[in-house]
Amino acid sequence: MPTRRPPDLPERDVTPEAIYQDRRRLVRLLALSPLALAACSPKGEAGAPTPAPPPPAPGTALSFTPNPAFHTQGPLTSWQDVTHYNNYYEFGTSKSDPALNSGAFKPKPWSVTVGGECEAPGIFALEDLIRGIPLEQRIYRHRCVEAWSMVIPWVGFPLGTLLKRFKPTSRARYVAFTTVDRPGQMPGLSYPVLDWPYREGLRIDEAMHPLTLLAVGVYGRVLPNQNGAPLRLVVPWKYGFKSTKAIVQIAFSETRPVTSWSQAAPDRYGFYANVNPDVGTVPWSQHTERRIAGSGFSLFGNRIATRLFNGYADQVASLYAGMDLGRDY
Amino acid sequence: MRRPDAVGWSKPLVVLLALLPLALLVLAVLHNTLGPDPVSQLEKRTGIWALRLLLLTLAITPLRRFTGWNALIRYRRMLGLFTFFYASVHLTVYLVIDLGGFWSQIFTEIAKKPYITVGFAAWLLLIPLAVTSTRGMMRRLGRRWGQLHKLVYAIGVLAILHFVWQVKFGQTIAVREPVVYAAILVALLLARWRPRRQALAISARPAPARSPVPAPPP
Repeated sequence: MPTRRPPDLPERDVTPEAIYQDRRRLVRLLALSPLALAACSPKGEAGAPTPAPPPPAPGTALSFTPNPAFHTQGPLTSWQDVTHYNNYYEFGTSKSDPALNSGAFKPKPWSVTVGGECEAPGIFALEDLIRGIPLEQRIYRHRCVEAWSMVIPWVGFPLGTLLKRFKPTSRARYVAFTTVDRPGQMPGLSYPVLDWPYREGLRIDEAMHPLTLLAVGVYGRVLPNQNGAPLRLVVPWKYGFKSTKAIVQIAFSETRPVTSWSQAAPDRYGFYANVNPDVGTVPWSQHTERRIAGSGFSLFGNRIATRLFNGYADQVASLYAGMDLGRDY
Repeated sequence: MRRPDAVGWSKPLVVLLALLPLALLVLAVLHNTLGPDPVSQLEKRTGIWALRLLLLTLAITPLRRFTGWNALIRYRRMLGLFTFFYASVHLTVYLVIDLGGFWSQIFTEIAKKPYITVGFAAWLLLIPLAVTSTRGMMRRLGRRWGQLHKLVYAIGVLAILHFVWQVKFGQTIAVREPVVYAAILVALLLARWRPRRQALAISARPAPARSPVPAPPP
């Protein structure tokens, strides 16, 4: 007995008329695609870890060489998230404040005062300061003390390259950095959250370590105001607050400089602030972190284990040999 | 069975209203509009709605007294149960989505982070209230039902603590929000203080009549 079988192709599988009518345009687009791909391809060498450029983003493109020696596995944090979710209390204490409130900030012209225990101090215009230093791109993990983290392609150069130019003396055991203090352009400065201006510091061997970067760009473009334009520190094995933004002063010293966060809450924030899953600060335990990376929404699987020195232990652990990391946090 | 009156008819509407924040949140998740850190947004918004519903629940009694609209009491259980519902969603988001995969961490988190300890305590205290919210339980517990449900005041205080304790160091602006909720809680608690004193005054007056204790000599 013959049974009526439904057709193999259901009605819903029929190509919508609009798409069908559009087929010639699609073919034309495909023919042009090699050109489009060429236009999109990154400047970097083949095989070098160059992230996809952000969609037309504000900012001037920088010329740089990707440095494959400093690469991070896994998806990058998007340009949008890197530039719209960060702490920069000079623009407000909420993580959306820096992007919202930094529009009036003027990163040009810029000069940096260098002083203290060095033979070649002075006040330098930023252009003169970094002239002749090749820019490189490094993909670093960024770990905030609030237990979230990102993967960010910075553009900059090793801090040590610059510091050597000032010829630090044998008494220079520490380097202090100061963020600019412009209440008119930085609304967060009207709140006495910290003892402004923002001050941070590193031990000289930490500052000279090849991992320590001075960044002038992110995602291949000039740093946006909210990310610390025009010059910021990136110390990837330490909590984010060590990475001073909008640096106007660099000072070498024999004694350990006073740093803003350890001054404000010494029981929570130490001078070293090395990422360490076993040394917790109230109210955030540091065992794990939520990674903000990848594309599209991802609710699950963002929590990952935090690693000692943010995963850079093989490169920096020797700096702290013999130290009690629980005491010197 | 009682014929549904205005309150009866409006209850499904209140249910829909109470579910609206959750629906909007689900929509925001589906459209990916929760920003760079959607998990923390889910936690914040479910938490804040649990607190708002708790305050609404606590507002019923004073509202009833001030307006004289006694039927309001019939919304109270529903609002209380929605408080428990949002608090449970809040906890689930934290445990399953946020801490997901790091199960062993749960106990250290609850024990070591004070704001999580008090938040978890508040949720635990909500359980007996939800369980005993049925008419049968009310009848069975009698007077003790009312005593048990006084726990809601403690829950309110714990919830506010849970909120305030999370404000980042130096967040002068962010502290305003929990302070506003704390003020509302205090106002709601004070609002029931006065009528009770009146009630005491009223019950104190006939008392001598019932037990004629001779007045002490002047």
